[in-house]
Amino acid sequence: MGNIKIGLEVHSQLTNLNSKLFCSCPTDYRGKEANSYICTVCMGIPGTLPVLNKKAVEDAILIALSLNSKISDKMYFFRKNYFYPDMPKNFQISQYDKAGGITLATGGYVSIPNKKVRIRRIQIEEDPARITYEGTIYKSKSSLVDYNRAGIALLEIVTEPDMESPKEARIFLQKLSSILEHLDVCHSYLEGSMRCDANISMEGGKRVEIKNISSFKEVERALNFEMTRQRNLLIKGISTKMETRHWDEIRRVTISLRIKEEEEEYRYFPEPDLVPTIITKEWVETIKDKMPELPDAHKERLIKKYELSPQNADVLVNYKLLGDFFEKCAEIYYKPGAISNWLVGDLLGYLHEKGIQLQEMKISPVHITKMLKMVDNGIISGKIAKTVLEEMIISGKMPEIIVKEKGLIRIHSDELIEQLTNKVFEENKEAVNDALEDEKAMHYLIGQVMKLTKGRADPELTNKVVRDKLIEHKKLLEKKN
Amino acid sequence: MKKIFEYSAFQIVEKIRNGELSSLEYINALFDRIKEVDSKIHAYLTVAKDMALDEAKEIDEKANKGEHLGSLCGVGMAIKDNICTESIRTTCSSKSLSNFTPSYDATVIERIRKEDAIILGKTNMDEFAMGSSTEYSFFGPTINPYNDERVAGGSSGGSAAAVAISEATASLGSDTGGSVRCPASFCGVIGLKPTYGLVSRYGLIAYANSLEQISPIVKDVRDLAILLNCIAGHDERDSTSLKVVKDDYTRFIGNDIKGLKIGVPKELFGHGTNKHVLKRVWDAIHVLEDLGASYTEISLDSLEYALASYYIIANSEASSNLARYDGLRYGFRSDEVNDWSDTFSKNRREGFGQEVKRRIILGTFALSAGYYNKYYLKAQKVRTLIKKDFDKAFKKFDILASPTMPILPFKLGEKLKNPLEMYMCDLDTVPANLIGAPAISVPCGSYDGLPIGIQFIAQPFKEGSLIQVSYKLEESLQD
Ligand SMILES: [Zn+2]
Repeated sequence: MGNIKIGLEVHSQLTNLNSKLFCSCPTDYRGKEANSYICTVCMGIPGTLPVLNKKAVEDAILIALSLNSKISDKMYFFRKNYFYPDMPKNFQISQYDKAGGITLATGGYVSIPNKKVRIRRIQIEEDPARITYEGTIYKSKSSLVDYNRAGIALLEIVTEPDMESPKEARIFLQKLSSILEHLDVCHSYLEGSMRCDANISMEGGKRVEIKNISSFKEVERALNFEMTRQRNLLIKGISTKMETRHWDEIRRVTISLRIKEEEEEYRYFPEPDLVPTIITKEWVETIKDKMPELPDAHKERLIKKYELSPQNADVLVNYKLLGDFFEKCAEIYYKPGAISNWLVGDLLGYLHEKGIQLQEMKISPVHITKMLKMVDNGIISGKIAKTVLEEMIISGKMPEIIVKEKGLIRIHSDELIEQLTNKVFEENKEAVNDALEDEKAMHYLIGQVMKLTKGRADPELTNKVVRDKLIEHKKLLEKKN
Repeated sequence: MKKIFEYSAFQIVEKIRNGELSSLEYINALFDRIKEVDSKIHAYLTVAKDMALDEAKEIDEKANKGEHLGSLCGVGMAIKDNICTESIRTTCSSKSLSNFTPSYDATVIERIRKEDAIILGKTNMDEFAMGSSTEYSFFGPTINPYNDERVAGGSSGGSAAAVAISEATASLGSDTGGSVRCPASFCGVIGLKPTYGLVSRYGLIAYANSLEQISPIVKDVRDLAILLNCIAGHDERDSTSLKVVKDDYTRFIGNDIKGLKIGVPKELFGHGTNKHVLKRVWDAIHVLEDLGASYTEISLDSLEYALASYYIIANSEASSNLARYDGLRYGFRSDEVNDWSDTFSKNRREGFGQEVKRRIILGTFALSAGYYNKYYLKAQKVRTLIKKDFDKAFKKFDILASPTMPILPFKLGEKLKNPLEMYMCDLDTVPANLIGAPAISVPCGSYDGLPIGIQFIAQPFKEGSLIQVSYKLEESLQD
């Protein structure tokens, strides 16, 4: 089987802007009432005109710089004409690199392990509205259009077909989203803020485009499906056609949309309501000055400053929010290694398990450092700490409160542990006899005591009490004999 | 003696300011006049009487209290129906927008209201400003006030006719390829297309964005200066509006024109030009010569391609601008059929008239892959060439002069069968739009009772020169 070539077209909203690309409507439309974030401009009401959001251009330039792209001195907006209900004007204000058009930036690359994925071009455009259906697309009587999203600033990043496996495509996307997160311009955790079209071709076949992929996880899935489909065709001696396919997320298959003979007809022409945007060297320089730390430097710093493992550092960089959280914790408590283990392991694992987003968890760095202190001071065990952590994430309560409310404090009372040990010895006579010879059996007895206290018994103390008791028992036996 | 509704805007302002005239009385007289003549002329599509009378009362109150009165105080104005007016229906003379009432005022409307002008109503036009006779209106044509068998010109026919027959004291139109100058010429009034970018297009329902400007129509040159003072100037809401220092256009009134150099491009006096039109235009040029100006006949070769270039660019932009009228969010909506695609097609099929559809199809074709370079891009190149030719001419001449229209007002229905003949009418007016220069049409006599206009073109932002020379001509012809 031959080589695979994968290219991506990433659409990323500039989520940190206060207003849409060409009007003053706010951008935090998620969860808001449908069609409440609209105005005469983004609805294309007759007579209204677009005015370019300068901050959007600045954010876009920042992204282009971080991807090592060449920024154009002058860029144009073009109209992309097509009829669709998600388009208030029935054209999209976009950019174009043909017919005399110049996009924001060209060239550049993103480094992933062992390679550089080259960028072809970067352009700014307006997001269309969101179409939803009553039930499924097949059964719905009508389409519902929510124009809140219409006119949101969208950046299109087009790569060269440099990726050689679906997994590599996912790694690229993870890196790209981490970069955008570090730039604080696009928060990919916001639903639908990063979307992707992919193209894939295998040696001996034509290029196939896959549209409508809503998340990164889906990208890998869709590409894997498509790879298998094309491979099976090739095995049968059928060559793939140049076509556009649609990713059906529910059925997890790609479906042919249209066979491509030539370029689609969008009747591009320069947007006459906007003037060319001049991008001066000085402007670019002032934007460059604001460039924050990017993922590669971030990782290096975490390893150097906190002596973290590269694996932990990787995760903290990929999940920038967690990385920031980590650093705040490390400022208050002196054990960065332990903190990173807790965050990368237990915390992230629990969030994934429960499907909770990082920004949704209700805890502050103090929650974590207090919990760690309690472990280190022997107030709770590591095992109990895990329960406390999960409870904190859900309720936002401080660890000491949870420990008190649930009675999770470690039992240090000799008396109580002795009582319980007696009880265990009573009920496990055989094991007690075995334990005289066998370490394993002794651990079993200790385990039973722990179980009775739901893990709260001080392990060292329990250990000592059980051992003492066994010795006592042995002496008693010897006397008898 | 002049009747109250016949006064010029500057006279109205003066009379209201010094308490000689009640705004309410004057506005009432205008509405009486509309009632008297508009059933014949059909200049108006909508009158906004209640609103106008309330505003007139307010102005009278302000006058009584001695409060500040704006530079257009009380002036009754008619507005072309493609300029958005809050809570007054704005149709573009199209079935597709026959029920559309904007929620906002265009920038020019805000500006004239701020100077206390009163909006009387909205005027008839060719559908979406596509035409030169106001016959392509969903609501029927406007009739020439000088001859009821003839057209008023277009596309701003209603705005020009209303001023000509004193149903309004001044009006606003829009000029994409002559749409204000043509009807001004046919109706014997003054129409100025300003420099592209001088007047905000915010609120003007687009036909061809890169060519058009909102344009005043007035009875005399002094009114033009006052009105332009009010509407000109940068607007943040229109990215193509230019940041230029505002001029006071009244300072050009009465300045003499000794030494003024006039270029006369022979391409704008083409073979098809009516001989009576030629005669009056030359007479006017000689009047200016008598006043100390000099003229030279010149040739601008690239003008040969102006009309073709204009129609390709205008229709291309129009095909995209008009895509939004699908009846889904506002405007005319037919009965629903099947799915989105069918409903949408039906809305457009029934909502647009023949001429609009013709231009959409032409524009769609010109922008199509494979034809883009051959048509749209070439048209833009021609545009650049024409601009260069004019730049060269403006190094030698202060203004250029020509007939506004090569023909006299034609008969209703005469050109409807042959769209190309209708397009040819715009021969002399389109160059100014292509190069973004200001151009004016001023009455220069008549033939057989039909008005004739002379056109002056100046270089961008030289509206002052146009006002200067037009005023002198007006003054001489009145004597
Ligand atoms: Zn908006």
